[in-house]
Amino acid sequence: MMNSLVRWVDERFPLTKMLREHLTEYYAPKNFNFWYFFGALALVVLVIQILSGIFLTMHYKPDAAKAFASVEYIMRDVPLGWLIRYIHSTGASMFFVVVYLHMFRALLYGSYRKPRELLWIFGMIIYLCLMAEAFFGYLLPWGQMSYWGAQVIVNLFGAIPFIGPDLAVWIRGDYVVADATLNRFFAFHVIAVPLALLGLVVAHIISLHEVGSNNPDGIEIKKNKDPKTGKPLDGIPFHPFYTVKDIFGLSVFLIVFAAIVFFAPEMGGYFLEHNNFIPADPLKTPAHIAPVWYFTPFYSILRAVPPMFGSQFPGVLAMGAAVAILFALPWLDKSPVRSIRYRGGVYKVWLALFVISFLLLGYLGVEPTNVWGQFGAWLDGADRATVVARICTVIYFLFFILMPFYTKREKTKPEPTRVTS
Amino acid sequence: MRRALFLTLLVWQSWTHAASESVPLIEAGINTQDAASIQRGAGLFVNYCLSCHKATYMRYNRLTDTGLSEDQIKASLIFDDSTKVGDVMTNGLDPVGAKAMFGVAPPDLSVISRSRGVDWLYTYFLSFYKDESTVTGWNNTLFPNVAMSHVFAAQQGEQVLVIDEERHSQPQLKLAVEGTMSPDQYKQMIRDLVNYLAFMGEPAAEKRKQIGSVVLIFLILFAFLAWALKREFWKEIH
Repeated sequence: MMNSLVRWVDERFPLTKMLREHLTEYYAPKNFNFWYFFGALALVVLVIQILSGIFLTMHYKPDAAKAFASVEYIMRDVPLGWLIRYIHSTGASMFFVVVYLHMFRALLYGSYRKPRELLWIFGMIIYLCLMAEAFFGYLLPWGQMSYWGAQVIVNLFGAIPFIGPDLAVWIRGDYVVADATLNRFFAFHVIAVPLALLGLVVAHIISLHEVGSNNPDGIEIKKNKDPKTGKPLDGIPFHPFYTVKDIFGLSVFLIVFAAIVFFAPEMGGYFLEHNNFIPADPLKTPAHIAPVWYFTPFYSILRAVPPMFGSQFPGVLAMGAAVAILFALPWLDKSPVRSIRYRGGVYKVWLALFVISFLLLGYLGVEPTNVWGQFGAWLDGADRATVVARICTVIYFLFFILMPFYTKREKTKPEPTRVTS
Repeated sequence: MRRALFLTLLVWQSWTHAASESVPLIEAGINTQDAASIQRGAGLFVNYCLSCHKATYMRYNRLTDTGLSEDQIKASLIFDDSTKVGDVMTNGLDPVGAKAMFGVAPPDLSVISRSRGVDWLYTYFLSFYKDESTVTGWNNTLFPNVAMSHVFAAQQGEQVLVIDEERHSQPQLKLAVEGTMSPDQYKQMIRDLVNYLAFMGEPAAEKRKQIGSVVLIFLILFAFLAWALKREFWKEIH
């Protein structure tokens, strides 16, 4: 019965063929480690966000006069509405946690190297869409941080020479962030960006399955095939081996996720900011406007660049470049090996400096610039945090700009021919 | 790994509120499971706060979560016949008139515990002092020149700000005129009120933690099964 049904479908749609190509006969390296959970987890979080988002959309009102109240209505009067809302707000932050770890994995093992350049590019566009999605979504609760955060970010576009001011009005649909802005951000958040995201995720996975997965050794498993079957000797079918492994990884992730949703949904003001429980007030600017934590490394870079010629544009440009430079990564890395396991010490030092700078920039981005006090007169009493942010910004860019030089020259260790455990 | 993540959670939780306050916050020490305290706080809220402030997201009958019946809520917390038990807590004050009267419209208090934090609220009510230079005759060390008067002056008494010129220490609050309550009784009363404000900020909070415990137990069992399943499948992989 089941078999004949599958046959009936297969004659009309490549069901079995697709299952084979992408699951039961997709050969993944057998030596995946901890870092290889996060791609699958990102996919799960995307599904969580879409499902919880659908239910939030049923009760939310994208109207400047009603938005804040409708979120509280969800929190109080909608049965289990608080759960749906916390799942969505936690999911937003956890999406970035998972994606940042996923991207760091690529840095560790050179997963962006040839022939996976396009896979990396798709991933980067997904990351851009994710930032847009988070930014649009953050306006919707219509709290003080939603409002002023959006105001600050849209004003960044206003700093672009010549077209800036008109561009900012065009984005907002008004001279300040207002009802028109909320409505269009809602449209982008619930349909435009998610639609693009889904398509890009499909492209990302198709591209991955075309070139095959990288692994912690950074060597191609396709080079060692069983002469009889033609299957990679170090490869195992994704299903059942990685499906069961990922289910275990997922269950551990869900424990962390549930611990946050049920016991610390505000995450100490990092996932849900305290000031966002004050309704948006266009007449009252908060003393300290900080974006949500996942934007703060780039926000720090923006603040670190001093205004030039009376314009904030250089900072905006630096912030944009900080994201854009990641696209060039596959062509900046000239090392003869992919994985950090066989690279020389120079890359390891640079990567460590890069990670420390990124984390420091992230931390400084949530704090006001006077958080560490000021230097003495020898530095004109400059804010310590600003100086540190500037140093970190320089390291951030040097990591990429100097990469072609330090990766080409470094002494690498010989790569094994077969994967190690 | 899991333990490290939990520890991180705990540390983040304890950082909770605004580190850059100039006045150190006093820990409220509320017990969110103490239903009687929340109910006493609700009584204080409708008697002392609701005449100026609104709580337009809080329905009276949400207090059934603390064990009160709708009849008890009607009898002890609703004072006018036109208000139904399913209505939200509001007053007749129009925002424009209120702004003219107080200089600023009294904020809606529904989620004040979430924007300010319970320790801030507790400290706020302990920080009023007599100051004839203000319109109300009261000032507050935590919220300087606040428009609100000290509504619990009868209970707390009158505090004054003492500045010790010689020792250059932080200004201290001293009780100059005793109120109807002892300092400990007053603190307990404020704790009840803050407990209610916390409840009103997120009425589902206790239920959230209850459900959360069950969910976590389920997930831990599930993770164990998933680990066993993975191990079984991976036996043949070398």
